[in-house]
Amino acid sequence: MNFIELHNICKTYTMGDIQVPVLKGVSASIAAGECVALVGASGSGKTTLMNILGCLDHPTEGEYWLDGEEVSQFSPDRRALVRNHKLGFVFQNFNLLARTSALENVAMPLSYTSENLSDRQARRRAREMLCRVGLADRLEHEPSQLSGGQQQRVAIARALINRPPVLFADEPTGNLDSHTSAEILQMFRQLNREDGITVILVTHDADVARWADRRIRIHDGLIVEGEAATSGPGGPNEGGRP
Amino acid sequence: MKAYRTVKTALRALRRNPMRAMLTTLGIVIGIGSVIAMMEIGSGSSQSLQRAIASMGANVLMIMPGSTASSGVSQGAGSVASLTPQDCQALAEGCPSLRAAAPVVRARTQIVYGSRNWAPNQMYGTTPAFLEIRSWTLASGQPFTDRDVLTANRVCILGQTTAQELFQGEEAVGKEIRVNNVPLLVVALLARKGANMVGMDQDDILIAPWTVVKYRIAGSTLSNANQSSSGGSSSGASNLLSKPFPSDPPDLYPARSDVQTRNSPQLVRFSSIDSILAAAQSVAHVKPAMEEMRTVLRRRHNLREDKGDDFDMRDMTEMTNTFSSTTRVMTNLLLCVALISLVVGGVGIMNIMLVSVTERTREIGLRMAVGARKRDILRQFLFEAVTLCLVGGAMGIALGHGGSLLVQQFLRWPVETSPTAIVASVLVSAGVGIAFGFYPAWKASRLDPIEALRYE
Repeated sequence: MNFIELHNICKTYTMGDIQVPVLKGVSASIAAGECVALVGASGSGKTTLMNILGCLDHPTEGEYWLDGEEVSQFSPDRRALVRNHKLGFVFQNFNLLARTSALENVAMPLSYTSENLSDRQARRRAREMLCRVGLADRLEHEPSQLSGGQQQRVAIARALINRPPVLFADEPTGNLDSHTSAEILQMFRQLNREDGITVILVTHDADVARWADRRIRIHDGLIVEGEAATSGPGGPNEGGRP
Repeated sequence: MKAYRTVKTALRALRRNPMRAMLTTLGIVIGIGSVIAMMEIGSGSSQSLQRAIASMGANVLMIMPGSTASSGVSQGAGSVASLTPQDCQALAEGCPSLRAAAPVVRARTQIVYGSRNWAPNQMYGTTPAFLEIRSWTLASGQPFTDRDVLTANRVCILGQTTAQELFQGEEAVGKEIRVNNVPLLVVALLARKGANMVGMDQDDILIAPWTVVKYRIAGSTLSNANQSSSGGSSSGASNLLSKPFPSDPPDLYPARSDVQTRNSPQLVRFSSIDSILAAAQSVAHVKPAMEEMRTVLRRRHNLREDKGDDFDMRDMTEMTNTFSSTTRVMTNLLLCVALISLVVGGVGIMNIMLVSVTERTREIGLRMAVGARKRDILRQFLFEAVTLCLVGGAMGIALGHGGSLLVQQFLRWPVETSPTAIVASVLVSAGVGIAFGFYPAWKASRLDPIEALRYE
């Protein structure tokens, strides 16, 4: 069994009396150590799938196997535990705590682990992570004193602090210029190659998706393209394969 | 998530916006501050009120001899001569709730100075303790001493009215007056006390050692009273009057052994006194003092379980009730003010915490995304509110205490530090934090991480 297995995932939102199906039976599998891009236009269900993959939401139907566990029906608290231990998140708008030093931002997820790290250990680990993303000289800087690329690197350090096997990046370069974007994406590749971290990039940008080994294209709640592709992005494909 | 980490996170969050934290907690600071100040000033006033009421005699107790009946005709209160000076001494020594006790012997007769005469309303034979019990100060002169009582020295203290009637504004101290043809030296003049609660002039008084009033003025001679008292007192050894003068005639009866004394106690005490005046340590001590006095007197009077008391006790119930109701009203008033100010402060906290939750929605979403559970978020925000309240409470205590010290310094109001109020304020401010911080914290914990992360 692969590291991530999706079996016929459906998600339907209920708005008043109207049922809005967003995901209409998504099946996919991602092996450990893969670098995958989840692509799709806005409104395609890409974000919903990302939320389900990230254990932030649970599917209406279907099975989601993560690291040998069927997590789709976990309680919110168990999902929080899974997020804490196995998943790292990087967001488009960085989501750093304002007026808090980079070091403290990075150490924040450690407050919620079951590991009993002392403050010194936590700070040491946070410092290591910041060094790894190349911010050794920005430890005590607050987000407002950092550039966008630096902020995103703090966010990556924060996502990695609990040494998760999977890293989710939701439009990680959406707020960055092309040069910085390339740097950040390079960092993802490096993490994927050198540390064997499974990276899942969510993006609508074909240029960003090109950095991944494989692209999963979503359109209208269904996966339309799941093959490995190093070529340019394919055009929108109506109908598709269920 | 460990508790100390929660505290640190909460403190860090508050430090991110210190100005707002200060303003938020201002309500609690003022609330607790005013409570502390009012409690301290209030209890100071209450203390001085208590002292004032006590000086009026609220803690004074009277013990009168009981009543007797002959052939079914009751003789009324005080018709049994059951109290002795030794009883009074035993009360003063054996009752921890009593501050002092003094015997009282009353007389009513004419006093003469030069060509003027007067019959004071009250003529008391007593001991120096009487002045302390009545909290009566002297306008001039020195009070008579216990030694004067023991030796029946011919001295007396006059009240303002009496002195005015006899001396017409002349200096009274050092003059000699005659009472029932006994010359008494005026050693002191009492301060003016005015009328008492029923309108009786308290300054129309003469106070002398009780031995003088009983044996010299009230008719009976010392020698024959002494004769009987040596045989009649069950505790002859401690009888201060056994041998006041070396020239006493020899005892007529052989001295009784201890066993004889215990087997057949003499029921009549010849050196009886009219009443005993006692003062409890404070108004609160009145009730226990009465119990202790009853026990001591019953034992001394050899009363069996089934026999009633041969004495009556009276306390100043009216004044005590006034006092306790004053205190109660004051306490309740303070409590109301405290509650209102704390509720106002609590609402302020809740208000700002709600704003803070809305403002930090993204932070909450992020914390949830990296693995915070609902209860972690709840705890974090609850701790923030409680921390705010406790810090506010601590500042309020400092402010209130400082304020009351200033009041004491500049307005000269009596102030009393109240540790109870301080402990209560700390508990109450923590309670306010929990009560008013819970709803915002609960709201924060109920957020959906997806929505929260996307919140703008």
